Amino acid sequence: MEKRVTFSKWTIGILFAVPQLFLIFTFFYWPAGQAVYWSLTLQQPWGGGNIWVGLDNFRSILSNASYWDSITASMIFAGISTGLAMTIALVLAALTDRQLAGSWLYRVVLIWPYGIAAPALALAFRFILAPEAGFMAVVNQAWPGFWDPGLDGADAMASIIIAFSWKYVGYNFIFFLAAFQAIPRSLIEAAAMDGSGVIRRFWDIQFPLITPTIFFLLVINITESFQDSFGIVDIMTAGGPANATNLMVYKIYSDGFKGLDYSGAAAQSIILMLLIIALTIVQFRFIERRVHYR
Amino acid sequence: MTIIKRGFAALAAGALSTALAVPAFAEPVKFDFWFGLSGDLARVVDTLCKNFNDSQKDYEVVCTSQGNYDATLQNTIAAFRAGKQPTVVQVYDVGTATMMLSGAYKPADKLMEENGYKIDYSDYFPGIARYYATSKGEMLSFPFNSSTPLMYWNKDAFAKIGKTEAPKTWEDVAADLQALKDAGYDCPMAINISANESWQLMEQFSALHNQPVATKNNGYDGLDARLEVNKTKFVQYVTDLKKWYDAGLVKIKSKDLGQDMVQAFATGTCQLILTSVGDHGTVGRTQKEGMNWDVAELPVYAGTERKNSLVGGASLWVLSGKSDAEYKGAAAFLNFIHDPKTALFWSTNTGYIPVTKSGFDFMKSNGFYDKAPFKGREVAIASLTASEPTEITRGVRLGNFTQIRAEFGTQMQAIFANKVSVQEGLDALVKNGDAILDRFQQTYPGKTLP
Repeated sequence: MEKRVTFSKWTIGILFAVPQLFLIFTFFYWPAGQAVYWSLTLQQPWGGGNIWVGLDNFRSILSNASYWDSITASMIFAGISTGLAMTIALVLAALTDRQLAGSWLYRVVLIWPYGIAAPALALAFRFILAPEAGFMAVVNQAWPGFWDPGLDGADAMASIIIAFSWKYVGYNFIFFLAAFQAIPRSLIEAAAMDGSGVIRRFWDIQFPLITPTIFFLLVINITESFQDSFGIVDIMTAGGPANATNLMVYKIYSDGFKGLDYSGAAAQSIILMLLIIALTIVQFRFIERRVHYR
Repeated sequence: MTIIKRGFAALAAGALSTALAVPAFAEPVKFDFWFGLSGDLARVVDTLCKNFNDSQKDYEVVCTSQGNYDATLQNTIAAFRAGKQPTVVQVYDVGTATMMLSGAYKPADKLMEENGYKIDYSDYFPGIARYYATSKGEMLSFPFNSSTPLMYWNKDAFAKIGKTEAPKTWEDVAADLQALKDAGYDCPMAINISANESWQLMEQFSALHNQPVATKNNGYDGLDARLEVNKTKFVQYVTDLKKWYDAGLVKIKSKDLGQDMVQAFATGTCQLILTSVGDHGTVGRTQKEGMNWDVAELPVYAGTERKNSLVGGASLWVLSGKSDAEYKGAAAFLNFIHDPKTALFWSTNTGYIPVTKSGFDFMKSNGFYDKAPFKGREVAIASLTASEPTEITRGVRLGNFTQIRAEFGTQMQAIFANKVSVQEGLDALVKNGDAILDRFQQTYPGKTLP
């Protein structure tokens, strides 16, 4: 007679899942739940007590004009920096894929910016873009008043976009290069034999074949531009001038930690979370349709 | 044999008992002190702590820098909520209202009384004591590092336009700036317009001119105080600053642009700045070789009866929920800091001013203010004690004042970038600032400032 050790499907499944669930609960659901609770109350910073206010926090935030300015600034930042970081990375990857001289070097060097911590990078760019002392001082010498991130909001926004894009070019580059190299050589060689040029091959063969990567990077870049911009803003502009670079994630920090308005900051985080979820859903619904998975 | 045995036993017991007793005897009570200074200043605080620990054997203070004032308050709040708060913490001037409502402190005056220390509170300069005291005059915290703003002026540049004295009124300043400009100086005066400069541009200006920043005596009399800087003399001041900026008499200098105003003054680029007496040492150490400069009280508009300027800096709070032994240590530490000799050490090694009359007198009698690097700092005391504090020159006690200062920076930047007019900008400052105050009041329903 054959003896078999059997386990109930349910218990063993749950047992295996418990450590993972526990981690997710501790580090995600519990804090997120706390944030939701805080956003519905008025918290005294020192923990002396709190009052249930329902949706008042959301109402006061959404009726505040400066909060809408912050959303607009975040959108502009996300749009331009994602576009810049992805386009530059795509061009660099396409060039590297063509086995130009020294391409092995770019492959190594171009990932480095991603490894640099945002504050360190921001400090470097603050020096480079300082209108009186840095590289831009030369430009200002030629055209006085051309570059003034201290008072001109557009200039300040440009500085943080440049810093952020610079960091993400390296990250995007690695993904694009991998995608290009996964395209069978025979396809490109066949096209070349048929007489199509470099540009033609890029648009008709390579580009359609890497759309899954483009889509993946688009989602990641937009999400990160909402979340990873904090260090850069904090060091380079601190949200100024006149709130021109007060991105949503920075406003959460300054209201919550500097202003000790924990409830308002919690409500803002919830709104930011919903916004990122919504943007991701939109991208999956409408852009993913045009993606060709092999 | 037995005698020897007993002798050994006694010896062993004796050795054992001393071994047990000695560490119990020598182990001092440890307590934490968190502070918000960094760099050079943090090293001075560390020395101060070491001096305290060396001065007696019963207590040992463990001093930890939290980087800056904001972080110190944030970390202390987080630690307090987790029940791991330090015994003593340094909280900056504008955090005073938040601390008073926190219910998380042990009043400093009670602490000293319980532990048998007699502190003469009238020895504090009134301008300093009133800033931190309750509306009834009780000291809930101890003034620690204190400063006040001064006008730094370049004597060489002013000599070129035939002036040997610093301008005393803003009307004189305007004329002098124009003269400096005409004499070929590219940057007659430097200012910055971030949140930090709310201190010298708005708060100190208002105090010197006896103008309110907010209703209810600048918030001392209730949480329902609201801003009113859009209808005081401050409006004229901002209008003038903007006018001078447009005429190229005033330049904006900040670290983001390449050079902050203290550097701009020290290198001789700009000829006039308004900044804390705490920068006196920095200017002296980093100034261009051979540059002649001096400090003076901040100017006022002609016809103004000058009032005292406000103290800036931080005070030391003792937090609740600690053991009696730790409180004894904290009291001894505060008493040590209160000592005039510590005041001399502190002011010599930092740019901060003494907070007590006895400390000031002790320093004067030591010839502190006669010597070159420190000469001029007595002007800060003169400015702080220019008058007996009035109801509105005691200080500014508003909730979440850090955010109001941030709003000040935002609106000043909008004004200087020509996005809004002066009046529109200040109206927006008042409107947004009032929303912050409103929120603060809602967070503490039914509570009143002590």
